[in-house]
This record gives sequence, structure tokens and C-alpha cells, in this order.
Amino acid sequence: MQPRDLQPQHFAGYPPEARKLVLSHLEVLRQLPLSFVPSLLREAIDYDYRFPAERSLLDRELANLNTLTPAQIGQRFEAFAKVSLSPALEEFDWINLPAQFVEQESAHLWSTHQLDAFRKAATDYGAALESATPPEPLPVTRLGIAVIGQGVSSYDGKLFRNLRQHGTWFGRIKPDQGFDQLLSAVEERARAYPVPYGHWYVDGGQAALHTPSISTVSYNGLAPARATLLKRMQAEISSPGMGPEELRTRMARLVPADLGMDKAGDPVVDRFQVKLLTEGSGTQIYSTTFGQWTTREILRRAQALTLLVRYAPRQRQRPLNELLANTKGAPELDPLGSLIDADMAAWYHWINQQRLPGSDRSAFLAWFEGHGQAVAIGPSFPKGAESSTELGLRELLNLAIR
Amino acid sequence: MTPSLYNPRTPWEISRALSRSRRDFLRGAASLALGSTLMSASPLVRAESARKKRKVIVITFGGGARDQETFAPEGQENIPNMLRELAPQSSFFTHVSNQGILGHYVATASLATGVYETLNNFSAVAPEHPTVFEYYRKDLRRPSSDAWVVAPSNGFNRIGESECRNYGVGQGARVILPKHLLSAATAGGTPDFDHLLRDNYETPLYTPQIGGSEVELQQMENILRLSVDDFMAHAKTVSSPDELSVYIARRLMQQEAPSLLWITMHDIDVAHSGAYSLYIEGIRRTDRLCLDLWKAVQSEPEYAGNTTMFILPDFGRDSDYDAGGNGFQHHRTGDPASRTTWMMTLGAGVRQGVVYDAPVQSIDLVPSLGAIMGFSAQQSAGKPIRELL
Repeated sequence: MQPRDLQPQHFAGYPPEARKLVLSHLEVLRQLPLSFVPSLLREAIDYDYRFPAERSLLDRELANLNTLTPAQIGQRFEAFAKVSLSPALEEFDWINLPAQFVEQESAHLWSTHQLDAFRKAATDYGAALESATPPEPLPVTRLGIAVIGQGVSSYDGKLFRNLRQHGTWFGRIKPDQGFDQLLSAVEERARAYPVPYGHWYVDGGQAALHTPSISTVSYNGLAPARATLLKRMQAEISSPGMGPEELRTRMARLVPADLGMDKAGDPVVDRFQVKLLTEGSGTQIYSTTFGQWTTREILRRAQALTLLVRYAPRQRQRPLNELLANTKGAPELDPLGSLIDADMAAWYHWINQQRLPGSDRSAFLAWFEGHGQAVAIGPSFPKGAESSTELGLRELLNLAIR
Repeated sequence: MTPSLYNPRTPWEISRALSRSRRDFLRGAASLALGSTLMSASPLVRAESARKKRKVIVITFGGGARDQETFAPEGQENIPNMLRELAPQSSFFTHVSNQGILGHYVATASLATGVYETLNNFSAVAPEHPTVFEYYRKDLRRPSSDAWVVAPSNGFNRIGESECRNYGVGQGARVILPKHLLSAATAGGTPDFDHLLRDNYETPLYTPQIGGSEVELQQMENILRLSVDDFMAHAKTVSSPDELSVYIARRLMQQEAPSLLWITMHDIDVAHSGAYSLYIEGIRRTDRLCLDLWKAVQSEPEYAGNTTMFILPDFGRDSDYDAGGNGFQHHRTGDPASRTTWMMTLGAGVRQGVVYDAPVQSIDLVPSLGAIMGFSAQQSAGKPIRELL
């Protein structure tokens, strides 16, 4: 089936708001190439459960497409139209399973050496869209905070190696009550700029007490869901004929109720959390990976104005000889390895933040919890500099967002 | 997007920059010379008598490592053995590109056939084109005991031979999957142990069905002169699957002394779990194991003095800056960082302490091995690397 054959009844299985969105743009969707449309539908089919920032992006993208003449559409999608797809892909149920189509399309592009051409087409399309739909101004400077190294008493290595070149390293931060100060600053911002899903706190362990004004995700809070998911995966793997594609398809269909999350309150956040566990590699096992991936997804999807991430020690990976010895017991923690994981994760936090609108004014702070080391990045801080000024974390934060 | 993150260069320019960075780094850190100034004479001895005794070991530095964690200034702390011990003895190729599918099994199969294979990375299927082992055995009339693969289980069990007409079943390499042996020896093991054996980090929840010419447990005693008890006793002293692979490789060198030995490392691929420190540990361990294997070559009479060793990653990993990826964790974007790697060649007939930055492709390995060992890789799409001829 080709997009030109799309009919309203094809979207009967879509949730109500997603169906309404697609039907109101059906005419333009019919004009787009098959190599592209499922990517758009992958975003649209979950419209009912998407963050406001995602909805806004999709609305603006479709609105922009509606302004184009057929000739302009032909020009903008010329490279996509040249992508050759297999008959199997053309016959796939890409309307109802767009994410699975995109995954299979990716494998097809790899095997037919069309990936580079597709990448270029996608990059060019993104650039054209960005220039045609400039983002709205932010109500406040975007702020990212990464707190790393919980449980590490001392570390001789060089921290924040990647981040230092983009900001100022501080060696005499007063650590007392440091996390509380940061959390309370996030809460203040949430109260001052009450943007839905705009202010987040992620904890790689147990979340600290906080006001309901901020959206929160924690590794420990999802422990029951993680356990249910792992058990379910084991059962799926054991079933005859199971392969990676089928397993991914089944994982993609999971909803909060499947993981025992039906009692939770916010359907958007619950769906988001399920995807963190079913789409993120390693998020089910390592808390540092969970923290890093959650950060990436909150920035990419919710475009958080404020994001505080506190990393906690992950479980230690047991070496081969220990596994063979078959010793049981509670999983040990690896604070030092987790510090190294989180140091890299803080770097990725900043990179992902810089991909969002307003990056020229955004601020970022990374702190070695309980210690005097921090790095601050933003217009207020010279790049590649070091400071021996003694500062509290609240003071440093005020400098960052002034 | 800030200027610091915006990179207007083309993929080709980025690949070249990566290559130059490796070259400059090696010239400074390991005092290697630039190869373009040393191209006047062939470094390899071409006499037939030498070819007959020549042994080749290929190590894939897997699964996938980036420059900033290896051959870039900030990565040198992770590869002290390769940098200080091996690089000065090697010819180092700074610009090896992989234009194929970046999955470990399919990429390793492509390395072994000299053709960018398009098989399903997660299926236990044979390569479509003849492997280096088939070319070697057929052209030089070598027995099956002379070509071996030591690889991580489980998908690699079909890598020893293709299903190609005129080659194929029974004409390739014998394959040992140490972790598969371990699985058989422990008859399933505990749940934790199962997790270890499920070693395909890209899809850690899937284990393909085993089928192929891999060595079964009962054959281990005959071939490796290694009882199950001794095997298990040693397994309990190593910390990782790759350490077990190197142990098996050394047993093979001692007992069978194959002329073509292919060892696929895989510990580094733990990066897919997203834990950066584990990825770094994997690189450091692989660095140490490469030196261990080189020392084994020097200490084994069958190998000392007549062995050429090739060390190369199957591919890299995604750049920190590609929005389509998640940095070191995966190799899914196809960006220059994930496609551009290096190759270290050392041992018999290799010019020492030289850096070559002319671009070569990963599929050039097989025809180069053919030129060195004296067989014709007829169906390979690559071409012999002239700096090795």
C-alpha cells in the first residue's frame, strides 16, 4: 500500500486525538513518499500520550507541510522518493505498526547501502523544517543539573574532562546541603514558570522528597515495573520461535497496566516510563544507564526547561569466575564505576541540552556530590577556566542562570 | 545548536580528520614514522618457502571501540600495551573504513569474506560469499585442522564457511565457541550464568539456535587435549569471556598450530548496556589480551618468527555528537565515527614503526591475506593493500 491510497477508515485503530490529527492532514500525507510517512505516523499514533512539546512540534510540522504546494512537496521529499523499498515493506501494515516499519526500513536501508542517502535526506528535511518553523521563545533560561558520584569518598582521576572545555571548573564548592539547595532551586523555578512537564527531577536511586510541581522519575520507584518486565522478557525468550524482531514488537506493545503501573496517576508519564524500560538498552539493569537514557529522552521529548539528575550507584557487574562460583546474595554496588558512568552521562546531558532551542543562553551545572568539585557552563562562565573561589551550590546556580 | 556542536564537514572530511588524528597521535606517542616516505621497497618476503611456513592470526578488537577511548590522546590510558609494546613494532593503518552493515556478526562475516555481507545480523546463517578460510584451504590444499575461528557464542557459529557453490560445507574453518562449550559443560547453569552466556549485547535477550561446524564439548578433549574438568577449572579463574577465548586460542596454538587463526573479541560490546566504565574496562582488557596473544606467538616455536598478526576493530561506535545515536553505547547511526577504524599489522614481513594513512576498506583484509599467504580471494570485492605487498 502507498500513502496515496490512504483512507480515513485506515486509522480506526488510532487513539482519538491521534486519529483526529491524522485525518485533518490526510490530504498532505497522501502526497508524501512511503519511505517517510511511517516516521511521521510513529509520532502521531502516540499523540494522545505525548508531551506538550512533542505535540507542538508535530502540529507545526504538519501545519508547515499543509502550506506547501504539490511542487514544493515534490522538491522537499525528492530524496526520500528516491529511496527504494522492498515489496515486503510496501505490504507491511505501516499504518498501525509504524514503529516496527521504521525498524525494518532501517535494516533494509543498511542492507541495500541506502542508509547514507537516507541520513542526508533526513538531515536536510530537518534543517528545512527548522528554518520554516522557528521555535517559540523560552519563558526562562534552560537549566540542566547533573549530580554524580554518590557514595564515593574520594577519587583521584580527573572529573568533568569533557565538560571543562565548555565552561569553568570550580574546586572549592561548599558541599553542605548541596543537593537540597539544588532541588529547592528546581522547585522554585517550577513554581515561577509553571509549564506542564517543563521541570523534572530524575533520581538513579530513591527520589528525595519534593513538591508535586515537578515531574519525577526514579529508578527505585520503578523497581516493581522493572522486575515485572524482566520476568516477562524471560518468558517471551523461552517461547518457541522467538526472535529479536518479534521480541521488540511485543515489548513495543506493552502499556503501563502490563507492568503493574495501572494505579499511577499520570498516563503521559506512565507511558513515558514504560518506554524508558522497553526501548532503552540497559535501563532495566543499571541505574546509571537508566539515569542517562531518561535524561536524553526527557530532553528530546519533553524539552525540559529544568532537569535535575542525581545518579546513584549501580549494581556491580559480576566477573565470569564469580558467576561460575554461583555465589548468591544481594547485588553489590559499584560506586566508583558509577561515578565514571555518570561523568560521561553528565557530558551527554549537556550535549542533549544543547540540541534544544535557546542553547546559546542555556546553563548547565555538574557537581561531584558531597565534594568540592563542580563545573558550570553558560554565558556567565568563561570556557576552559578554573576557579578557586569558595562558593555554595546555590550561589553557583544563581551565577549560572542570572 | 551551538557552534561547538555544529559540524559542517562532510562524512569524508570527518573520516580523514579521524585518520590524521590517529596518525599524528601515533607519531608523537609511539614514535612511528609516516609510511608514505617508506614506500620504496616491499617489506614482505615473497619467497614460496616463506609462504609455506607463514602463519597468520587475525584479532578483531571487538566489538567496536572509538578513537577517544583508544588511539586519540585522551584514550591512550586505555591501551598502554598496544601503544607502547605493539604499535612500535607494527605497520599501523590509520584509515580503515567499513561501508557495510554495522552489526558484529555481519561485519565480522564481511571481514572474513571480503564482501559487504547483507545477512541478518541476529540469525545463525552462513555468509553468502566464500570465507578466507575456504579460499585458503582450497587453493593451498590445507586440512581442516589448519584454519580455526575462536569466537563469542552464539551467532558466530556459522562464520567458518559459506554456503557458496564450489566452496562451502566442510571446506572452511573449524569454529570454537568457548562460551558455548561452557554452557554445555555446565548444562544450563544458573539464571545469572544464563545471562553471561547470552552474549549478544546488541540484542541481549536473544540467543540464536546453534548449528554449524563448531566444536562440541566431547571433541574438546581430543582436539585441545583438555578435559571438561580442566576446562571448567580454568574458566573459574578468568574474569571475562574474551579471557576464556584467549585461553582456548593458546591451547589451539599449542595443540593444532593452525596457520590461519581468527579470534573475535567481544567484551567491549558491553557498551550496549550503557555503562561507560564497563566499556572502558573492556577496552583495557582487550588491550592486555592482544599483548598476551602476541607474547604467545613469540613463545610458541611453531609461531615465533613466522607469524603475521592483524588487529582491527570490526567497526567503531557512534559519535557523541550524532543526534541519531547515544554516543558510545551503540553503532546504529552509520556516522563516520562508527565506520572509520584502524588496523595494526605486526610480525613476519611487516615493516616496524610505520603509519600509513592512505584509506583502505575492511574488505581489503581478505585479498591482502591472500596475497601474503598465496591464495586467490576471487569473489572478494576488496583489493590487496599495497603497503602490505
